[in-house]
Amino acid sequence: MPTITDPDTVPAPRPAASVPAIKFENVEKRFGDNVVLKDLNFEVARGDRVTLIGPSGSGKTTILRLVMTLEELSGGYIYIDGEPLTHEERDGKRVELGEKAQKQIRKRIGMVFQQFNLFPNMSVLENIIEAPVHVLGQSKEQATARAMELLESVGLPDKADAHPLELSGGQQQRVAIARALAMDPEILLLDEVTSALDPEIVGEVLGILRHIADTTDITMLIVTHEMQFARDVSNRVMMFDGGKVVEEATPEVMFTNPQHERTQSFLQAVLGNGEDQIGTR
Amino acid sequence: MNELWDWDAAYAVLPELLLAFLKVTLVVTVVSTAIAAVLGLVIAILRMSVPKPVAVVISFVGDFIRMTPIVVQLLFAYWTFLSVDPIIIGIAVFGIHYSTYMAEVYRAGIESVPKGQWEATKALSMSTSRTWVAVVIPQALRATVPALGNYAISMFKDTPFLLSIGVVEMVRAGLTFGGNHFRYMEAITLAGVIFLLASYPTSLLISRLEKRLAYNY
Repeated sequence: MPTITDPDTVPAPRPAASVPAIKFENVEKRFGDNVVLKDLNFEVARGDRVTLIGPSGSGKTTILRLVMTLEELSGGYIYIDGEPLTHEERDGKRVELGEKAQKQIRKRIGMVFQQFNLFPNMSVLENIIEAPVHVLGQSKEQATARAMELLESVGLPDKADAHPLELSGGQQQRVAIARALAMDPEILLLDEVTSALDPEIVGEVLGILRHIADTTDITMLIVTHEMQFARDVSNRVMMFDGGKVVEEATPEVMFTNPQHERTQSFLQAVLGNGEDQIGTR
Repeated sequence: MNELWDWDAAYAVLPELLLAFLKVTLVVTVVSTAIAAVLGLVIAILRMSVPKPVAVVISFVGDFIRMTPIVVQLLFAYWTFLSVDPIIIGIAVFGIHYSTYMAEVYRAGIESVPKGQWEATKALSMSTSRTWVAVVIPQALRATVPALGNYAISMFKDTPFLLSIGVVEMVRAGLTFGGNHFRYMEAITLAGVIFLLASYPTSLLISRLEKRLAYNY
């Protein structure tokens, strides 16, 4: 398989490694009266692969959606490469950035959704080249060449002209991954990308994501129920409950020797009681 | 002479009906449908993208047009723009009247596009215009084609209202023939049959389209 990063399309030099790729500062998110996240602070270093685990309703997906600006921040700040994403502090006041400034930052972030969200009115190829052509201003030939490379790397080179709804769920998700990568994101958000797939198909999608993790330096923020995948791919796991980080550790520690009682009970519920449910790859 | 149905009269009136059908009824239906389809889409998109107070005004005007009879609108426009050819008045009134219905259809079509589609356009940093043109409108249109077709049929059947402003469409042509020959039955019946022969196959076509166009997300 060819590597995912194309030397011609690597973005401009990135800021110093010490600046975190993602930084949450006192983030608060409410839906009406329901406080989902409160006083949330954490950083994701450049090139990190961070998996968020926790019971449903703990705010994991909300965190990804805030980074993608699909949800509005109720309070606090999010910084991408040290730059404010949606709001900044000006003269001690919290000010929302203009759409243009927000978009400039948003371009560095890609997202793969649980429900794929491919455009059913476009072919697979059109889905992948749409944003590179119309957002990044690539020529159609250039974008197509890259798209074919990406389709090759997700194992679907012969599906370029197919329409998304003619594909299986697993194939659609692989196209969605290719579509996100075509924008050369610095940060890739993976929101329960295998939850809508049949169990026997989950493996093929995770295999591709593992390959991306192995061959690129894309920062990844992952929400998943696949603990094996979390263990294989991520270098950090954060356990959420009630909108707060209750524990944070390397996958080795988190899955073999969780410290917090809430993490222990969650992992026990997810993995069952067996001792060796999580083997190594 | 006074029997209920006279075949000679039927044969005599048929060419006149068909001529009026082709020259007026069909032309008004096709042109007004095109106006309504485009104007309806513009209204629907405007209403979803302008500030709330403006959207409320647009909605109110739309409601006003839909809640008053098309005959009243035809007469009002006719007496307001006396120098304008009545057939132009007819086309404009039908186009605008039905655009308010079509706008509702488009609104439903746009709302039927799943939230995930909008989210995907945002995740890809697509511009607002590109989001509408490349993603939302093509998908919304598929959902709206059947309803749009049904409104076109409905408009087609409303064209006899044009006789209120003196346009010689098919029914007016039939009535004129009836007045001249004292034979109304044949003219009116045949006009009805022609409407049926045109509407029914069209509606079958629409329901076939409906099945073919449906997305299963």
